[in-house]
Amino acid sequence: MNYWELFRITLPETMLEIAALLVLIVDLGLLRKAALQTRLVVAALLGVLGCIAAQGALVVAPAGGLILPGSTDVALATMGSAAVAQTCILALTVLTLFLLVNSDFTRHVGEFVAVILMAATGGLLVASAQDLLLIFVGLELLSLGLYILTAFAKRSGASAEAAIKYYLFGGMSAAFLLFGFSYLYGITGTTNLHAIMRGIYTPNAMQAAPLLYVALVMVLAGLGFKVAAVPFHLWAPDAYEGAPAPAAAFIASASKVASFALLISIGTAALHAFDGVMAAPMVTMGGSCCHGGFLGFVPAWSKLLIVLAGVSMIVGNLAALAQTNVRRLLAYSAIAHAGYLLLGLAFFSYTPRSAQAILYYIFTYGLTTVGAFGVVGVVEKATGSARLEAFLGLSKRSPMLAAVLLVLFLSLAGIPPLVGFWAKFNLFAAVLGVSMSRLAVGMVALAVAMSAVSLYYYLQVLKRAYVMPAVDDRPVEVHPTTLMVLVVIAAGVVLLGCFPALVQSWMASFYATM
Amino acid sequence: MLAWTIYLSFAGALAEALLPKSRPALARWFALAVAVAGLVLAAVGFATYGGHGRVVFADAAWVPALGIRFTLAADGISLVLVLLTGLAAVAGVLFSWNIEQRTNEFFGFYLALIGGVYGVFLSFDLFLLFVFYEIAIVPKYFLIAIWGSTRREYGAMKLALYSFVGSAMVLIGLLTSYAMAGSKSTGLVELAQANLPVSAQMWLFPLVFVGFGILAGMWPFHTWAPTGHVAAPTSASMLLAGVIMKLGAYGCLRVAMSLYPHGMDPWGFSVLGIGSWRAVFALLAVIGIIYGALVALVQTDFKFVIGYSSVSHMGFVLLGLMTLNQIGMTGAVMQMFSHGVIAGLLFAIVGRIVYERTHTRQLAELETMNLGKRMPFAAWSFVIAGVASMGLPGFSGFIAELQVITGAWTTSPWWAVSVAVGIVVGVAYTWRALQKAFFSDRHTDPHLNEPGHELAAITWPEVTGVVLLLGASLAVGLYPRVLLDVVEPAVNALLAGGVR
Repeated sequence: MNYWELFRITLPETMLEIAALLVLIVDLGLLRKAALQTRLVVAALLGVLGCIAAQGALVVAPAGGLILPGSTDVALATMGSAAVAQTCILALTVLTLFLLVNSDFTRHVGEFVAVILMAATGGLLVASAQDLLLIFVGLELLSLGLYILTAFAKRSGASAEAAIKYYLFGGMSAAFLLFGFSYLYGITGTTNLHAIMRGIYTPNAMQAAPLLYVALVMVLAGLGFKVAAVPFHLWAPDAYEGAPAPAAAFIASASKVASFALLISIGTAALHAFDGVMAAPMVTMGGSCCHGGFLGFVPAWSKLLIVLAGVSMIVGNLAALAQTNVRRLLAYSAIAHAGYLLLGLAFFSYTPRSAQAILYYIFTYGLTTVGAFGVVGVVEKATGSARLEAFLGLSKRSPMLAAVLLVLFLSLAGIPPLVGFWAKFNLFAAVLGVSMSRLAVGMVALAVAMSAVSLYYYLQVLKRAYVMPAVDDRPVEVHPTTLMVLVVIAAGVVLLGCFPALVQSWMASFYATM
Repeated sequence: MLAWTIYLSFAGALAEALLPKSRPALARWFALAVAVAGLVLAAVGFATYGGHGRVVFADAAWVPALGIRFTLAADGISLVLVLLTGLAAVAGVLFSWNIEQRTNEFFGFYLALIGGVYGVFLSFDLFLLFVFYEIAIVPKYFLIAIWGSTRREYGAMKLALYSFVGSAMVLIGLLTSYAMAGSKSTGLVELAQANLPVSAQMWLFPLVFVGFGILAGMWPFHTWAPTGHVAAPTSASMLLAGVIMKLGAYGCLRVAMSLYPHGMDPWGFSVLGIGSWRAVFALLAVIGIIYGALVALVQTDFKFVIGYSSVSHMGFVLLGLMTLNQIGMTGAVMQMFSHGVIAGLLFAIVGRIVYERTHTRQLAELETMNLGKRMPFAAWSFVIAGVASMGLPGFSGFIAELQVITGAWTTSPWWAVSVAVGIVVGVAYTWRALQKAFFSDRHTDPHLNEPGHELAAITWPEVTGVVLLLGASLAVGLYPRVLLDVVEPAVNALLAGGVR
């Protein structure tokens, strides 16, 4: 490694940081007297330019990734899942920034955009990091940003409450994560994911198998918090409800992509520890087979993920049925979607098939959710509430907005030909491609059954928008930029659903050279 | 060319959204034009279908990485059902001529639904078929919930949830079969040739059959049908009975029975004389026939009578399928067509022609209105439609039910005998409804015959719709070969190729 290489590999992150600083300078230095609208547009535009620059830097990043001195393993990946996830994070950040244009929850526009960009930097880092320390630094950068974003509506008590809950839960889960990491380091003597996965199978480490299980549970508790899996989900409904709409959109989309990219890194590292030798033979390596009943990393990890996945699907979907606030409904639906994704991670394939399916799912889910929060934001601005009643008669008050909502929610429910259906099909097919065991088929059946349940609560919102009579007939004002972004997202959801091969082959191209 | 029925309907649905909202007449005429074009395409496709077997008219890679293809094709069975969809679509537009509220949206959802239905009947890739199947369900919810009547939100939600539970079962079957066959293709032909293990077929068959069977009104999963029919606006209940229930039956035949033929093999043991899934579903079908008819006999709401009669008539379709012989399965397809046309007509008369003028569907109230004299057109249309529904010779229902019973007799005389009971009760409930609604001379309010109480005149869309549907039933009844010639070879091919 030399510093030039390090610079080139972290250029996307650097670009975002530069953009964040630029936004601060311009907004605080040059536009102090300007109108809020102008400042919003300038800050958002600068942020978007930063993301575009970061994307450019991603494209020219050297293949192979960053290898630290004294190691043979990649510490920062630049290919495959990492590259896909980073691109998705940048795209979702851009969409979030566009949604900001129409908001009035704060006067501190520069800071808000800067924090979003810094959190996105953390996201990029998390998506590519293959080293415990880098992972932790990235996660904290991302999380701290999210706490601040949640609290940004200073005039709203709900926002402050949500932020403090989010922060307390987040701090505790970070402690769990760090604790688990410390055990992993203690057992294997390294912080690199790939080296850890190999180190687990040395005789010394296998003697410490019980500690490894503790470490796995701790790590999963920490990451379960990030992806809002049950039972670590308690922060999500409050954060989604209290945070300003663009912040909630960012938490629900870009940050989720980063967290799932990290889980993909762990899964990939585990399966590729002996490059080409699958999990079962790995157990016998290192002399003493199955010491202390240790079956290897992958089965233990899978089992934990299956439990989390099953509980998240059930609790998320059932709890969503009872919600009367659309933001809380989206939060529980996010928990349910995290459940489906964890299922994909539990039955993870050696080939990039599973990774692609998960990234496809989380990206399109993020896209849909950003749009959904966009709609919720507009409705909230017009009616002052995100409760179900606020959506009454939306199809009369703003036909376009209602049509966007229809497309997005049906996609979330997994109705073809929208992208949500395709993503689900692809994910579940990947799961069954890995294993056709009773457990796998049963879990997929549970997931499909649960997504049939989910239709009910999505229809509750659409019913308000389309079927039930309006209490207030005044048209809903939508900022042209917001409307354009929302229509683009809805069109994307339809188009990607009709032509799923587009993104599919785009993603596959990142793995082609590996 | 048949593929254009799908494209045209979806394009029409989009265009409806863009047409000016201030001109409902334009939306109506446009929808009629699209529906008629679809019918013409379907008829031309039907007439020019010379060969036997499958005609592929669109086949392109859709998702190459997963082996999913965009395969549109037709065989004799699809052709008959596409023709039925065309007829039902045109008739449905004609009988929605009075929709004044949110007309554009109504016809937008309507045409999207029709496009989905055409798509299901023409798809020969299971993934594609599933996509169209779900597209056909969603607009249904909005059609009923927005423009419906009695307990519309309840009926619509119930229908949507039943449908989605059914399609979730189908999706599980689709995913599992795809993975078991090596994740190489979702083509119906390829999956059928994959020879899935018998043990898997044994649970996949009932799963997928019930999944589709829910939409076909299979007892005891039929309860969405009466409430849905009653809640729906006239044209939606026409489509619901006319084509949506056929989607379910078609799925049972095309997917469940073709992909998992060994699922119908004997279990090796028997409980109360039932030794296979085939016997289970045949029994459910027979119960459905008799139960539907008996319940129809005691209904007080005119539309509920027709709703339950649909459950009864769809039982014939499922029983015909379970005979697994040529005559019974041909009868099932004929019954799909026949019931589609006749039930559509009955719903049109009850829900549109009568209800729009009397504003009640209660038989007890209709009894006092002397409708036979005041509305001779409706009365006589209903007489003819009722006679057709009973299965009198000369109408399509006769040939269909006769074939099903013959097929059932060859398999198990008990089935045939029980079904005959259902037919007798069928005559009874039709007669009862007919008599009460139109020809009761009791309690007639004498004022009703005085000037000032005339009912609105029958309009041209109503006459056209009635003539269209009655004509179709009569044509098939008098000259069944027109359908049999294409259905029989297709059924034979299915029997030879997978379903034994």
